[in-house]
Amino acid sequence: MGFHWKWDFTWEILPRLLEATLNTLIAAGAGYAIAIVLGLVLALAQRTPYRALTFVVREFVEFIRSTPLILQIFFVFYVGPQFGVRMSPWTSGMIAIGLHYSAYLSEVYRGGLNSVGKGQWEACTALNMTPRQAYTRIIIPQAVPPALAGMGNYLVGIFKDTPMLSVIGVAELMHTANAIGSESYRFLEPYTLVGVIFLAISLPAAGFIRVFETYVRRKLGLK
Amino acid sequence: MEDMSQYPLELTGDDIPMVRFMNVTKRYGKLTVLDRLNLDVATGEMVTVIGPSGSGKTTVLRMLMTLETINEGVIYVDGKPLTHMEKNGALVPASPKHLRMMRSQIGMCFQHFNLFPHMTALENCMEGPVQVLGMSKQEARKRSEDLLDLVGMIEKKDQHPSRLSGGQQQRVAIARALAMRPKVMLFDEVTSALDPEVIGEVTNVIRDLVDKHNLTMLMVTHQMGFAKDISDRICFFFDGSIEEQGAPDALFGNPQRERTQQFLSAVKEAG
Amino acid sequence: MSLWEFIATYWPDFLKGTGVTAAQFILATMLAIGIALVAGLMKLSHNAVIRGVSVTYIEIFRGTSLLVQLYWIFFVLPLFGVTLDKFTAGFVAVGMNLGAYGAELVRGGIQSVPKGQWEAAYALSMSPAKRMWRIILPQALVNMLPPWGNLLIELLKNTALVSLISVTDLMFVAKQINGSTFLSAQAFGLALIVYYVFARFIVTPFMRWLEGVMRRKLGRA
Repeated sequence: MGFHWKWDFTWEILPRLLEATLNTLIAAGAGYAIAIVLGLVLALAQRTPYRALTFVVREFVEFIRSTPLILQIFFVFYVGPQFGVRMSPWTSGMIAIGLHYSAYLSEVYRGGLNSVGKGQWEACTALNMTPRQAYTRIIIPQAVPPALAGMGNYLVGIFKDTPMLSVIGVAELMHTANAIGSESYRFLEPYTLVGVIFLAISLPAAGFIRVFETYVRRKLGLK
Repeated sequence: MEDMSQYPLELTGDDIPMVRFMNVTKRYGKLTVLDRLNLDVATGEMVTVIGPSGSGKTTVLRMLMTLETINEGVIYVDGKPLTHMEKNGALVPASPKHLRMMRSQIGMCFQHFNLFPHMTALENCMEGPVQVLGMSKQEARKRSEDLLDLVGMIEKKDQHPSRLSGGQQQRVAIARALAMRPKVMLFDEVTSALDPEVIGEVTNVIRDLVDKHNLTMLMVTHQMGFAKDISDRICFFFDGSIEEQGAPDALFGNPQRERTQQFLSAVKEAG
Repeated sequence: MSLWEFIATYWPDFLKGTGVTAAQFILATMLAIGIALVAGLMKLSHNAVIRGVSVTYIEIFRGTSLLVQLYWIFFVLPLFGVTLDKFTAGFVAVGMNLGAYGAELVRGGIQSVPKGQWEAAYALSMSPAKRMWRIILPQALVNMLPPWGNLLIELLKNTALVSLISVTDLMFVAKQINGSTFLSAQAFGLALIVYYVFARFIVTPFMRWLEGVMRRKLGRA
């Protein structure tokens, strides 16, 4: 049996891993920010009366959701240079993750929007509201609470997907653990610590999301 | 394509109706829901539409509220075309801008209230005036509070719809619609979703409106007694057109057409 | 080199890679289903210990990244005496990860079966095992199938990660060809298309068909 946990080694590498965790959180946050906005655009684009646009966006979303993120990351990272566009690993990683999750979030938004009863739209027409007023003041506030659970899950999901960025050289948690492993020939502590750090962040995050959802519901006066 | 030249660009004269449906036809695919409907509603008149389900009565209201488009014919509101607009001396289908301009004259209350759940009763009433009419919040609040008082809901102005009973919600919905000061009020089966014991709350409010104000109103309802009491005219719809219409006493007391008689006796049996 | 020329030249490699991906997918799916059934049922147990084991498993595998799990199983497990070759490590990691998500679907599916069914089976003096296998699970299955469809697509996408421990699947082939030819758009683009076809035109229709079969068997068509 070759396993023997070295505590002094653990404390030695922990600061470096924690610093990398910060990078990971920033990467996840940035990707999520892109995804939230782009996802809304994609969701609304599928609700326009222009059939061609709806069709193209729909197919695009399906394509992104049906293919591996890691492959999309490689695609964005390598295809740029093939056609002369230089992108840093960080940038291509953000674009790939942002795009990938915007497709997921657009589905979450569509679910939320569809859950708002038709009567609400009719009341907006009866009050002669513009579509923009109807969306921003009446429909979206009601679409958000059902969408929150999905939105929260995908935030945690993005966080857990950041290790994929290690393969294109982004200095996040997994990448750092690999580096430590290669340098010291010890993988037990780095990989286990990475797992622990992930759990330490994702589990409370999941709990917090549930609490947050209840809070928003109450704040908006919805049941 | 219909020949639009048969329709006037606007209604003129001293005695024009507030609402005029002229040869209005509405189809869903192969199904004709309304067939060349001609109906006038005079200013200040209270018209109730009755009829079996599928007769097209709700569609009449929805078309007036521009919730549905029409296939043929023209609807006029206060002399001007609603569903169409003038362009180069001819009538063409209305643009969204024209619709929005005309729509402000119509208000509607729905069977399922459709109050905004994330706003209080007061906020529901203020929403239209502030956002659409551009009123200041103070003015809108004053108007809304007056209207909530009118419908007897002033004490609950800061409650969310989820805390209100059906009858209370419907009364708030009426106040909300009135806050826009429409010329025409539409009531689409506003008591059908209510428990029997609270129907009176709502019908009393509508009765009040009829007695004290000169609003033009169009109502679809199953409450025959109520309709007879407050309406100036009853229209009985069957299969997409007006089978019979007249003053309440005349229509209920002495229906001329066989279908009207059948409908009224069936309704009486059902209690 | 246009896409067509690319395909004409490299299709044998892509075909081999796709075969490995398909194998990983099938093996991981079988493992995931088995784990999901066991863990899902365990989570419904009245015994707190059994429940605890299942919850721990589920939370760990759902709360950490698949990539981390993959690396752990391949690089760290040998230190505990369990050495898996990369192919096995690949589908084991993917299967164990998706099995944790599947366990929640199994639990949800079983709980969605009306209580009356349990009571009827009990009244017929059925043994718990028979009751579960013949009465509850078939009904739970129909409710579970739509989300399982999504889960299987996730599983398919996750198999791409095994390329990172050098399993020669579709993703690995694409990376290799990219490495030698720098025709990134063609290599990765073609790989994307193959995954898409696999997901949209093989897995999804299959799941719909399965759903239809189960519905008919339950008389709910």
